[in-house]
Amino acid sequence: MVHPIDSSSIENSLSLFHQMYRIRMVEEEISRRYPEGKMRCPVHLSTGQESIPAAFALSIKKNDFAVSTHRGHAHYLAKGGDLKAMIAEIYGKATGCSKGKGGSMHLIDLNVNFMGTSAIVGNSIPVGVGLALSAQLKGTDQISCIFLGDGAVEEGVFYESVNFAAVRKLPVLFICENNLYSVYSPLSVRQPKGRSIANMVDAIGVGTGTCNGDDIYSSQKLMQNAVNKVRSGTGPYFLEFSTYRWREHCGHDFDNDLGYRSEKEFLEWKSKDPLINLEESLYKTGVKLGEKVDSIKASINSEIISAFKFAETSKFPDQIEAYQDVYAKEELSK
Amino acid sequence: MTKKTFSTAINDALHEAMRIDQSVICYGLGVTDPKAVFNTTSNLEKKFGSERVFDMPTSENAMTGVAIGAALNGIKSVITHQRIDFFLLAMDQIVNGAAKWHYMYGGQSSIPITIRLIIGRGWGQGPTHSQNLQAWFAHIPGLKVVMPTSPEDAKGMLLSSIFDPNPVIFLEHRWLHDTLGDVPSGDIRVPLGKAKIVKAGTDITLVTMSYMTVEAVHAANYLEEKGIVCEVIDLRTIKPLDWKTIMDSVAKTGRLLALDSGFTTGSVSGEVVARVAMEKFSILKSAPTRLAMPDVPEPTSLALTKGFYVRASNIAEKVMDMFGKNTSDIKKDLPEPSPHDVPGEWFKGPF
Ligand SMILES: Cc1ncc(C[n+]2csc(CCOP(=O)(O)OP(=O)(O)O)c2C)c(N)n1
Ligand SMILES: [Mg+2]
Repeated sequence: MVHPIDSSSIENSLSLFHQMYRIRMVEEEISRRYPEGKMRCPVHLSTGQESIPAAFALSIKKNDFAVSTHRGHAHYLAKGGDLKAMIAEIYGKATGCSKGKGGSMHLIDLNVNFMGTSAIVGNSIPVGVGLALSAQLKGTDQISCIFLGDGAVEEGVFYESVNFAAVRKLPVLFICENNLYSVYSPLSVRQPKGRSIANMVDAIGVGTGTCNGDDIYSSQKLMQNAVNKVRSGTGPYFLEFSTYRWREHCGHDFDNDLGYRSEKEFLEWKSKDPLINLEESLYKTGVKLGEKVDSIKASINSEIISAFKFAETSKFPDQIEAYQDVYAKEELSK
Repeated sequence: MTKKTFSTAINDALHEAMRIDQSVICYGLGVTDPKAVFNTTSNLEKKFGSERVFDMPTSENAMTGVAIGAALNGIKSVITHQRIDFFLLAMDQIVNGAAKWHYMYGGQSSIPITIRLIIGRGWGQGPTHSQNLQAWFAHIPGLKVVMPTSPEDAKGMLLSSIFDPNPVIFLEHRWLHDTLGDVPSGDIRVPLGKAKIVKAGTDITLVTMSYMTVEAVHAANYLEEKGIVCEVIDLRTIKPLDWKTIMDSVAKTGRLLALDSGFTTGSVSGEVVARVAMEKFSILKSAPTRLAMPDVPEPTSLALTKGFYVRASNIAEKVMDMFGKNTSDIKKDLPEPSPHDVPGEWFKGPF
């Protein structure tokens, strides 16, 4: 059921819509153009999972830290990462956020403290904890947000990181996007049936919260409360959101035909799409609002077109650059 | 004999091993999924059941230790990882555990496990999806390291690895998976520790491994037209290394170029050059040398990997140079294929 939006939450709803729609459209444009073969690196799209980064975007501060995974486009964008630099990176251009060295799986934007993403499952989790340690040592009120998938909690480094964060009461927010799969492997072959990830983390000694990611307002509330809590200095917090990746694990297409999950399951999740629901609610609330939605869409669409144009027309790095930056050169002060 | 791909040959070997020995099990991320690790694990679960063939949690280190424990009680595990890079999380169990077990407990128990790892290059795989770390494993006493090139060797050496009483690191180059060759049926074993002369020659010895063998043969064919007859030795096993075949060849040719798909410093090719220099110094006609990947992480961008890999042209250039011949035509005669980041038209993307 699509309900009109309460007048007090219109601004917030528009912001959520803006965030989600932008991520969706970026991922879908990548998907549309990927078969051209010009984006020559693996891409892991977040189509279907936008509500969590959207809630995140509206809950954190610019100087908070974030790290993410192979599926990191959405988190980079939600943190405020530069869209043009991300698309250029995927195209392997010199103007890319990692100068073409890293590709889709190695996104960074130091202007907004988006510190990196990793192609190795679990690899960025302790790094996020280390960022939190640095904030604690420096006495700032920054928090460190760590995005991870349901698969990453199977790595030993996850437990080690959560444990250390708990021991030192570090300002870490773990954000687990549980999309039920690791590549084509369902949770059932990887984790015991009925055991919730959040409950397990709770037992390690870290506060937890769970939410259905399709419920955008509840997700946002949970995210904001958790951010506030972590910022207040009471230690780490862990959030688990249920969500669903619409497209194939890696690449641009749909892959329900492979048989590792059913078309029915996909369609069920898709029918609960929080983006479409929010969009319909906004339109239903009134003509004026509908016009605002239209203008948000138009501005995002043109932003995306120009980002791709920027990427396509940017220069490739010189071959010689492949051999540069292996070591840092600037001597450290003191 | 029917021609089969390298990946089908791997699949054949797994079927054969599981058929003849109940104690062989096979697991790893994706071994039972629809893509079946580039079709190498196809139909195993169907044939042998989900007790013996199973997917696993994303827990590389623990699942390596699990194989060690199971091995202590007679289970022969074949574990597969889609990239060697993922297996780096298991270095503790493989290096501190499996590799030394037999030795440090006075030879009482052994760890017959096989770890299949996929290595590669190209197509935007970037710094952490393309490493060729054979030298790391070769450095560890107690591990065997196998790197087949031909489909027949892939099958025969995987079978030998599975039934070897030691931990074996079995490295498959992604660019070989779709190559075709004759593959005998049944339980064929190709012994570990034995190199293969894939092209006999008299003028210079090229020592190579895995996918680099393809480039080496390409270069050798070209060089032959130019009057230099190379002997190409496919190492097949990196540890233990077949020194006799190398030394015999160098004794004949007096020249050595060692090739490697890994980084230059600390590479297997460096080891080959060192040993040849030490043992054959007096008969060498020129300084032994090597060609390996630069000491640089592999970049992602298509533009940055241009000219980045060791190709037939680089090999030919190096050899011509060693013979004091003009190298100016080589780049024209052996151009880098375009696009340069794929093994062939069939390759459509990351996996
Ligand atoms: C250490 C390691 N093991 C395996 C892989 C292969 N891999 C890449 S993405 C992925 C899925 C991980 O699942 P999850 O954490 O749930 O993230 P999702 O892809 O669902 O967002 C796997 C297993 C890897 N990159 N690193
Ligand atoms: Mg997942």
